[in-house]
Amino acid sequence: MTDVAVGGARKSGRIDWSPYLVGAGIGILSWVAFAGFGDPLGVTTAFSRIASLFAVPVIGSDAVAANSYWKSMPLKWDYGVWFLVGIPLGAFLSAVISGTWRLELVPEVWRERFGPSVFKRFVAAFLGGIVIMYGARLAGGCTSGHGISGGLQLALSSWLFLAVMFATGLMVSRIMFRKA
Amino acid sequence: MTSLTSIAGPLLMGAVFGYLLQQGKVTSCNVIENQFRLRDFTVLKVMGTAIVVGGIGVLLLVDTGNTKYYVKDANMLAVALGAALFGIGMVVYGYCPGTALGAIASGSVHAAVGAFGMIVGAILYALSFDWVKAHILNVWALGKVRLPDITGVPDGVWFVALAIGAGAFFFWVEASESRAGRLRG
Repeated sequence: MTDVAVGGARKSGRIDWSPYLVGAGIGILSWVAFAGFGDPLGVTTAFSRIASLFAVPVIGSDAVAANSYWKSMPLKWDYGVWFLVGIPLGAFLSAVISGTWRLELVPEVWRERFGPSVFKRFVAAFLGGIVIMYGARLAGGCTSGHGISGGLQLALSSWLFLAVMFATGLMVSRIMFRKA
Repeated sequence: MTSLTSIAGPLLMGAVFGYLLQQGKVTSCNVIENQFRLRDFTVLKVMGTAIVVGGIGVLLLVDTGNTKYYVKDANMLAVALGAALFGIGMVVYGYCPGTALGAIASGSVHAAVGAFGMIVGAILYALSFDWVKAHILNVWALGKVRLPDITGVPDGVWFVALAIGAGAFFFWVEASESRAGRLRG
């Protein structure tokens, strides 16, 4: 089934790592993150810090400096931000080595349901991006910070996050991919 | 700690994470969408294994005094609302924030467009933070609680149950996938 899903990638190359191996690798990476760095795997906190840079031309540097959220989460080049920068580097390396790097404007699953319009897909990705990040900040974490790091700590907040996130995703997906 | 190690360390950690996400195929929008359509269980396989393997190791590290827990606040209303928005966004966008960064680096232009949306989302949250803090964050705020605290069931039992549950679920998924594979011939 996975073969079908990454069908586009198979033309140029393929990835053969078992998802269990990858999951175990992320689990072991968590050990290092906890014990070695005292900073669990997470993405969106650093994302918020960086977003303040982009807010400066929009609302002005005074407003950014006065904002109570960014006061608690100012832009600083800390562990989380460098970790975030590392993610695309590693993914790029993996994509090049495995020969799976490819330009993708409209993904297969989307094209099958909503057609080949690049504009439509870009608008949806943009709006989806707004909603997912607002949700992540409201919940206090994302699939990494809550889902994996919080889940493995048996945190109540993180298991609530996992349950609601998957339930909502299943529902939205049902509506979105319903045959018209 | 020199600045070199404080940069190289997290960079390397992030790179390994990104490498694993890409090797795990979860930087593919198709794989994520098909998880929510219950046609591809890669996302659950990766996350479930990471939680069980990571959790058992971190539990031992905490018990031996080598680290501590970093539990997030259980602001139940905020987490529930945020998670619901997150679920909507994840299906519409096709990525979560971490896998999106990996997808951009492997050539998905639409993932990059969505990343600008994520920046806008972060800005909107910062702008609405005072209101959210006053009206949502403090509703049913239970603090940094863990499941063993509120249930009285010890950590070890949780992980045995999680490992058995995940193992049985994955066994079932693998069996039905190979059956479907045989049918396709």
